[in-house]
Amino acid sequence: MYQWNFSWLWDNYDFLFSGLMVTILLSAAVVVAGLILGTVNALGTISRHKFFRIISISMIEVSRCTPVLVALIWIYYALPILIGVEISALTASFIALTLYGASFYAEIIRGGIQGVDPGQYEAGEAIGLMHGDILRRIILPQAIRKMLPSLVNQSVINLKNTSLVSVLAIPDLLYQGKLIALETFRPLEVYTVVALFYFALLFPLTMLVRHLESRNSVKH
Amino acid sequence: MIRIDAIQKQFGDLVVLRDVNLKIEKGEVVALIGPSGSGKSTLLRCLNVLVPPDAGRIEIGNTRMVFGESRLQLKPKELAEFRRHTGMVFQHFNLFPHMTVLQNVMEGPVTAKKMNKQEAQELAMAQLEKVGMSIKANDYPSSLSGGQKQRIAIARALAMEPQVILFDEATSALDPELVGEVLSVMKELAAEGMTMIVVTHEMSFAREVANRVVFMRDGVVVEDGPAKQVIDHPKDERTKAFLSHFHANEH
Repeated sequence: MYQWNFSWLWDNYDFLFSGLMVTILLSAAVVVAGLILGTVNALGTISRHKFFRIISISMIEVSRCTPVLVALIWIYYALPILIGVEISALTASFIALTLYGASFYAEIIRGGIQGVDPGQYEAGEAIGLMHGDILRRIILPQAIRKMLPSLVNQSVINLKNTSLVSVLAIPDLLYQGKLIALETFRPLEVYTVVALFYFALLFPLTMLVRHLESRNSVKH
Repeated sequence: MIRIDAIQKQFGDLVVLRDVNLKIEKGEVVALIGPSGSGKSTLLRCLNVLVPPDAGRIEIGNTRMVFGESRLQLKPKELAEFRRHTGMVFQHFNLFPHMTVLQNVMEGPVTAKKMNKQEAQELAMAQLEKVGMSIKANDYPSSLSGGQKQRIAIARALAMEPQVILFDEATSALDPELVGEVLSVMKELAAEGMTMIVVTHEMSFAREVANRVVFMRDGVVVEDGPAKQVIDHPKDERTKAFLSHFHANEH
C-alpha cells in the first residue's frame, strides 16, 4: 500500500503559489490579448475588403493548424534566427498562446456575428445607421450573448494550454511542481496537488459556462 | 415628390427589374401588387437603397441618387443619409430584441440623427401613442404579439420623420386575427396624409385605402391607375389573370 506523504507541501507551498500566480497572470494576459486580436480577426474575415480577409484568414488558419507546443518552440528557437532579435521565453510564450487562442476566439466571434438574423442588419440600415453603428449597437450585443459560453469555454482551454510553457522553463504552476517533485522524490503527491490547483481554477469557469448556457436556453 | 426613373436591377443572370418608372405625389398611398417574383419587393428595397439598383435614378423630396454611372456615388455616408428620408416596415418586423420597445423607437433619432435623448424620448413616446403601444414602452419585444411588434416597427419608422414609409408585406407574417390592428394603424396614417408605398396581398386593403394601385409582373409596371379602377376593372390581361385568384377567393 502506497504511503501518501504531503509534508513537503509546508516547505514548498510559496514556491507552488508563485507558479500559480505565473499561470494566472499569463492566462489573463493571453485571454485579454486573444480576445482583442480575435475580435479584430473576426471582423477581418467578414470584411468587404479582400485584403483584410486574406490577412485575417491566413493568421487564423496558420495558428489553428499548428500544434501550440510546436508554435511555442518555433517562436522561441526559430523566429529569432529569422528576425535577428532575441525573444525572451515569456514573450515567446505570450505570442504563441495569444495567436493560438485568438484564432479560436475569432471563429467563435465570426460565427456569433453571422448567426444574427440578417434582417437585424437591414433594420439598422433602414433607420439610417452607418455600418459601424449597426455592428456596435445592434449586431454585437446580440452576438455576444450567444457566443459567451463558447468564449468562456475556449478561455478554459487557453488557461490549460499555459501549462505547455514549462518546456521553455517558465516558472508556471506545472514547472514549479516539476522542480519540487525532483527535489522531494514525491511526484505522485506533487502532481496530484498541481492537478487540484488547476481544477480549482477551472471548475468555477466551467460552472459559469453551464450557467450561461442555461440562461440562454431559457431566453430563446 | 418621389420619382423613379428607369430603375434596373439584376441578381446574377436573373433580371428582377427591367425598366421601372413611377412618379408618386405627396400624400399618395400606392399599393404595389403582383405575383411573387414580379419585382415589387425589390423595387421597394431599391427605394431606400437596401438593394442598390444597377441603373436609374431615384428622387425623394430634394435628394436624388443616380445609379450605375460610377461607384463613387454610393458612399456609405450618403446612403445612410438618404435612408433617413424613408421609413421601412418589414414583413418579419425586425425589431431589436435586446432593446426595449422605447429604445427600439429611439434608436434611429438618437444614433442616426444625433438627436438628444430627452427630445428623442418624447418623439418616440408620441409615435408609440399613435400606434397604441405606449403602455408597452418598457417591455422587450419577445413578450409581444406579432401585431404589437409590427405596430412598434411602424412607430420606429415614424420616429425618423420620413417623407415616405415603405411597407414590405407588413401583414403577411401575422396570424389572421392580428392583421386588422396593423391595417387600421396604416389606415390612420393614410388618413393623416402620410405618403406610403405598400407591397401587399391584401386586395381589400389596397382597394379601400390606396389611392393608386400599381401592378407589376416580370420586372415591369404592367398597369397603374386609381385603386378601385385597377382592382375592379383591370384593363391588361395579365392584371385580370392575377386578380381573378383573389376575386375567386373572396366570393
